[in-house]
Amino acid sequence: MKIVAVCGMGIGTSILLKMNAEKVLAKLGIDADVEAADIGVAKGAAQTAQIVLTSDELAGELGQVPANVIIINNFFDLDEITDKLTEAVR
Amino acid sequence: MTLNLAESLCSISTKATASDWREAIRLSGDGLVSGGATTDEYTDQMIAAVVEHGPYIVIAPGIALAHARPSDAVLHGGLSWVSLETPVEFGHPKNDPVTLVIGLAAVDHTTHIDVLKAVAGVLSDKAVRARLDAATTDEEVRTILGEAASAS
Repeated sequence: MKIVAVCGMGIGTSILLKMNAEKVLAKLGIDADVEAADIGVAKGAAQTAQIVLTSDELAGELGQVPANVIIINNFFDLDEITDKLTEAVR
Repeated sequence: MTLNLAESLCSISTKATASDWREAIRLSGDGLVSGGATTDEYTDQMIAAVVEHGPYIVIAPGIALAHARPSDAVLHGGLSWVSLETPVEFGHPKNDPVTLVIGLAAVDHTTHIDVLKAVAGVLSDKAVRARLDAATTDEEVRTILGEAASAS
């Protein structure tokens, strides 16, 4: 499975999101590649990904993509990321 | 033991006052500049990032991770810490108001990842976060971060 973590610049929030998503996926036993990307790159990457993780503001900017776009509010809250990823891969 | 964030911070400011989000980001940028990590131009770029993409840098309740792209305005990687006396609204639908602004400068997309891991480790621990919020001096912040690093 391919997952893209998206932020504005590709150096801060998307990397935090990628790290925490990888922790959650390992715990859930899901095999997935998580890629961090800035919003410009992400518009392309999201075309081939199954899941996009991002914030509310950037989800709007990303526009229509075939991937399942999951909005994370608290990037440090592993419970929130776990719940939303579990829901998405079910 | 994870990296001690206290050693990566080029400046810490507690009980700072900012009248709005721009000023709050500027304080975190000033910290990076005084630590020799960036030029003033980088501070402007961090503010421009929020103007362009919205307040998505408010990544958790009360926490903003101010940053911009690696550029000539970044002299070397760095991190600054600004805790605010009075919370500031960034316009985020869920995570406002902000009490902690962390300024991040990176030279590329990978070398600062250990620092980010340490930030995530410290701030996702609710007990540590509460102590950091209550800290009133730089020394206190450094002590708490040091203890958090040796405990993990």
